[in-house]
Amino acid sequence: MQQEIVFSKYYGNEDVEHLDYYVKNDFGYKALKKSIEMGAEKVLQEVKDSGLRGRGGAGFPCGTKWGFIPKNSDKPKYLVINADESEPGTFKDRAIMAYTPHMMIEGAIIAAMTIDAHMIYVYIRGEYVKEARILEQAIKEAYDAGYLGKSVAGTGYKLDMCVHRGAGAYICGEETALLNSIEGKRGEPRIKPPFFPAAIGVFGCPTVVNNVETLAAVPGIIQKGSAWFKEFGPERNYGMKLYCISGHVNKPGLYERPMGYPLMKLIEEDCGGIWKGRKLKACFPGGSSSPLLTAEECNVNLDFDSLAKVGSMLGSAGIMVIDDATCMVRVAVRTAHFYQVESCGQCTPCREGGTWLKDLNVRLEKGEGKIEDLDLIEDICNNMDGTTICAFGEATAWPLRSMVKKFRVEYERHVTEKKCPFGHAGH
Amino acid sequence: MEKNFSKEFLSEMNRIKGFYPNKQAMLLPALHAIQKERGWISDDTMQDIADFLEIPKTKVKEVATFYHMFHTKPVGKYNFQFCNNIACWLRGSEQLIHHVEKKYGIRMGETTKDGKLTLSEVECLGSCGTAPVCQLNDDYKENLDLEALDRLLGSIN
Repeated sequence: MQQEIVFSKYYGNEDVEHLDYYVKNDFGYKALKKSIEMGAEKVLQEVKDSGLRGRGGAGFPCGTKWGFIPKNSDKPKYLVINADESEPGTFKDRAIMAYTPHMMIEGAIIAAMTIDAHMIYVYIRGEYVKEARILEQAIKEAYDAGYLGKSVAGTGYKLDMCVHRGAGAYICGEETALLNSIEGKRGEPRIKPPFFPAAIGVFGCPTVVNNVETLAAVPGIIQKGSAWFKEFGPERNYGMKLYCISGHVNKPGLYERPMGYPLMKLIEEDCGGIWKGRKLKACFPGGSSSPLLTAEECNVNLDFDSLAKVGSMLGSAGIMVIDDATCMVRVAVRTAHFYQVESCGQCTPCREGGTWLKDLNVRLEKGEGKIEDLDLIEDICNNMDGTTICAFGEATAWPLRSMVKKFRVEYERHVTEKKCPFGHAGH
Repeated sequence: MEKNFSKEFLSEMNRIKGFYPNKQAMLLPALHAIQKERGWISDDTMQDIADFLEIPKTKVKEVATFYHMFHTKPVGKYNFQFCNNIACWLRGSEQLIHHVEKKYGIRMGETTKDGKLTLSEVECLGSCGTAPVCQLNDDYKENLDLEALDRLLGSIN
């Protein structure tokens, strides 16, 4: 399997986050200069040809998204970077911003000039205080070097960029909630269709919202070409990818591997297998919103299409591994608790459903549940699926439904034995 | 009205105002900046921010109460914000939380009587590869175990 470490080559090195280091060792804004020579149309075509799909979770083709921005609109256009990284299990954008912020900034400048935007907002989650500071510093370096400001690289193209900090709300990773949050409002998702951000985005203007990792992939595509990018990963799922692995493996952490990398190889070889000599029980392949995979289902490749085929998703590549000493109902309690707390409360199925799912799972875990509760959980999930303004409803329903479906026997034991068969989750 | 604000606050607002087409968009940055100075966001502070940005106080309040990081009541000098989401929980975060509860006689969400320590639960902090994690005020404390936590608690006494 062909691979070339692109993102994480220098992680952990001293001064890696500074412009000097980036110029000396990495793309160093050479891709920006090349993109200026190519012109917007050719850059857009190159990104389209690369097949780059959004790394935030949905896997939408990046070039297509850029192409949606109307060319003849008189309104200002905006580029917004989604650095709200809050999907449980995900920590890749944090590394990009901490170690190679200039790779993201360079990609963002190329993107902004391609869609004719003159303002870039980086919406970073509020908890990333350190990363926001590093990013502010990197942006200042880019201004001082003339890559941002009144004339990008001497072209006369005016471009500004600022960091906008969130304040602790998972929902702001949803792009329309994020746009409201930039506008100084509650982070509540907007109804769409009819209007998508490309038509009516932030401040009522055409807007592209891209994930940090997506933009960080752009300098490579421009500098080395779309053909190079397509050397990695299977068809329709190209490029190198940052996988976040956590939970019960011996060596959790961030691993850069090609798209389509086998999940079991990552767990067994790269991460040194399951800790404490235990066995694999289940795994979230793409953050807590992705339907859970049983151990047997983990024989799958990590890319958008392969995971969709087995009824789950790559999402943000937040892989959380669970060992066989863990109580699945307790995992469900933690999962449901998160969605209950983080629901913005706009839509009834999500606001009420989250609380119901939490309460039912808590009751079952204590051994106080009824056998009908299992069907009730599925019923509530079915009523949340597709009935809310944003995808938060599905993000809650999918994993919780998958748990009760795939581990039904374990749920039933909680009812018949009137206690948790695992005691305290194996700790 | 500007008498209510520090020089630092006003210069920060001055630095960012050119980036936004209207004043309401400066609300989150303004709330962050003011909370950094005053520790939390009281009703009076909401009024100050509303006056400063020339928006109704209700707009400030609905935003300040929506986001978990804005404190609408005082928090301790040391805010221990534990993640107890899936990845941290799988690596033993619950044990750490119970340890703090027992040691200080407070429960999740409470502050010690001397106002020194607050125990809070936060959702996934994006540090799952180095779980369990606790954010002490602004700083991440990663790869925690009971021993490391005790050292941390000792360092603030």
